[in-house]
Amino acid sequence: MANTVQTKAAVRPVDTQQPRATVARRQKSPYPFWFMIPAGVIYTVLFLVPAAVAFYFSLTRWTLFDQEFIGLDNYVQFFQEPALVSGLTHTLIFAVVTCGLKVVIGMALAVLLTSQIIGRAFLRSVAFFPVLVSTIGVGIAFTVLMNPTRGAINGALGVVGVQGPGWLTDPQWALLSVAFVDVWRGVGLATVIYMAGILSIPQEYFEAAKVDGAGSGQSFWHIVLPLAKPATVTVLILSLIGGLRSFDLIWAMTKGGPGFTSDVIASVIYKQYQAGFYGLSTAGNVILFLLVTGIVVPLFWWFNRKGVEA
Amino acid sequence: MRLGTSRSGVLAAAVLTAGSIALSACSAGSLGSSEQSTPGKTQITFLTNNDPNNVKTANAMIKAFQTDNADITVKLDTRPGGGEGDNLVKTRLSTGDMADVFEYNSGSLFQAISPEKNLTPVSDAAWAGDLDDTFKKVVTAGDNLYGAPWGPATGGGVLYNTKVYTKLGLKVPTTWDEFMANNAKIKAAGVTPVAQTFGDTWTSQIFVLADYHNVDEADPSFAENYTANKAKYATTPAAKAGFQHLEDVHKAGYLNKEFAAAKFEDGLRAVATGTAAHYPMITFAVPAMYGVTPKNVNDVGFFALPGTDAAKAGVTIWEPSGIYIPKTTTDAKLEAAKKFQAFVASPKACEVQAKVAPIGGPFPIKSCTLPANVATAVKDLTGYVEKGAITLALEFLSPIKGPALEQITVEVGSGIRSADAGAKLYDKDVEKQAQQLGLEGW
Repeated sequence: MANTVQTKAAVRPVDTQQPRATVARRQKSPYPFWFMIPAGVIYTVLFLVPAAVAFYFSLTRWTLFDQEFIGLDNYVQFFQEPALVSGLTHTLIFAVVTCGLKVVIGMALAVLLTSQIIGRAFLRSVAFFPVLVSTIGVGIAFTVLMNPTRGAINGALGVVGVQGPGWLTDPQWALLSVAFVDVWRGVGLATVIYMAGILSIPQEYFEAAKVDGAGSGQSFWHIVLPLAKPATVTVLILSLIGGLRSFDLIWAMTKGGPGFTSDVIASVIYKQYQAGFYGLSTAGNVILFLLVTGIVVPLFWWFNRKGVEA
Repeated sequence: MRLGTSRSGVLAAAVLTAGSIALSACSAGSLGSSEQSTPGKTQITFLTNNDPNNVKTANAMIKAFQTDNADITVKLDTRPGGGEGDNLVKTRLSTGDMADVFEYNSGSLFQAISPEKNLTPVSDAAWAGDLDDTFKKVVTAGDNLYGAPWGPATGGGVLYNTKVYTKLGLKVPTTWDEFMANNAKIKAAGVTPVAQTFGDTWTSQIFVLADYHNVDEADPSFAENYTANKAKYATTPAAKAGFQHLEDVHKAGYLNKEFAAAKFEDGLRAVATGTAAHYPMITFAVPAMYGVTPKNVNDVGFFALPGTDAAKAGVTIWEPSGIYIPKTTTDAKLEAAKKFQAFVASPKACEVQAKVAPIGGPFPIKSCTLPANVATAVKDLTGYVEKGAITLALEFLSPIKGPALEQITVEVGSGIRSADAGAKLYDKDVEKQAQQLGLEGW
């Protein structure tokens, strides 16, 4: 068998008598089929099987010891979950706020850090530093800083005579406070992507614009912004996905509280799992997967199409 | 050629299947079976929660046990508490990878680990007769007893500062109205009437959970009807009262200013030093108080959560967790594990525990006595126990406890949600739990 394949593969370039369809098929891959088996086994065992199993368990009431098939009841239950509707809104708010701020601040920082300033290399690494710190560490540190009575933030505000809110304990503020911390933590990555985007713009454009008498505002608006669009798309997609499935920072800072006021879908799912509703939380994960796919895939497709047109 | 392709397809499928089977057959069951270190000695592992005080007690218990049983060594293994610990225990039981003997909650959480399927029954052990009857109830599944008590029972109610009470000439309240009247006087005197600590969300549940004695006095069949989906928090006035109390103290402005962010230790400090007069809590907090403000422990008294009828005042009791042996423990290890379990249920174990750390309530072992120097709050609790004015907490009588209660009580207690809406939301929350447990009528 293998012999035949090898011989045929070896003579392929001159084997013009073969029917064309066969040639076309063979040309796709010069390697025999079984070369794919090791990767195939890994992919099947680690990705396909768990995905199929997860989908099955999302249709059961599962206690880890035994399971009972209940059809789509988990999905019905999940959508009746009172925390879910608010969790969904919070997720969207969180994703949009963090994503928007990361794009704007990331762009601004990138413009600053690609310009001629003193200590540029040092400042660049400082901007990236929060990305390297553990999320849980960041969460715990900011929880302490944001304590309404003993925290440094309200202490500093108190010096200038402003009574700061209970950042993490006031239902109006909790979600936004976590979002701000997430921006602080993640904006370094956006900045790096933007810096790469800006540095890849040929200097000739800026020189030509200068010759034509364009100010720095104009060259930002008409050169940097449109030509850094691929970077914008990358930042937007990455931070949107990150925002939609964000969990660790929220859990470290508020655990979804006070009450349910900063619960996002991921923390709702986690709580169901924690409570031992394994089937229900698996169904929640399937829903989260569909949601992220449903938002990000069309967005990605839309941006890519626009990119081709432009 | 076509034949060839399909044959390699079959081959690929076969390899894939074989691969997945081989991988899924690697279970964790083979871990830890080669630990027989010294010949003639049996080594068993004991799994308990990683609370520092608990670990200290566990080490002392193991030391005392090993002195009496030189041929057995007990290796301590710890796990996280709370929901994470629940998952770990369930996962290890379901994969057959449980420690030889382990500590886990009694009552409804104990029922949720399928004791009849996973645990070794110990009904005929000699120590079973020495157990308190209320405790027996919470470690029994079907007809069999499965656990020995790990620590003392505790009571839920209100910790209060006795100095504030003496100074203002107040009397321990026996009804909710008296309690609120006291609060008004305390506030007028410039002291925070009630400390709440929603920074640790679990502490927000006490007004609801510790009120169960009053619910039971008003409607003794509540637990049964509740389990059968016939009684609800929102529609049973006595049960809804707990949520109402949370709302009332917040609305009246009786809470400490930083209640939303304050932690458990802050609450203990406040009530012990007298910056707050009351702290709704379970007496297992008393030992923790020795760590926070050791000098003020005896300034703190305890009273049951007041209800509507002074004559029926009594305390809601939490039984300790149990020590269980999984079915996966066999032969010599099983014998050793049983000996350890018996030791834990003996008066000697009570002595060891009382020596290691202060205790938060009476032991559910008949032949154990409380040391004379227990904290004032524990003495107050023992008064109720001796009078028989006690009721088991609902979580021991009914397997249903909604997982979101602490979030709901935080919302009701901070004025985000009304008591009525909170009770209704909690009724919805328990529905899932009941269905997950496969209870009838849900």
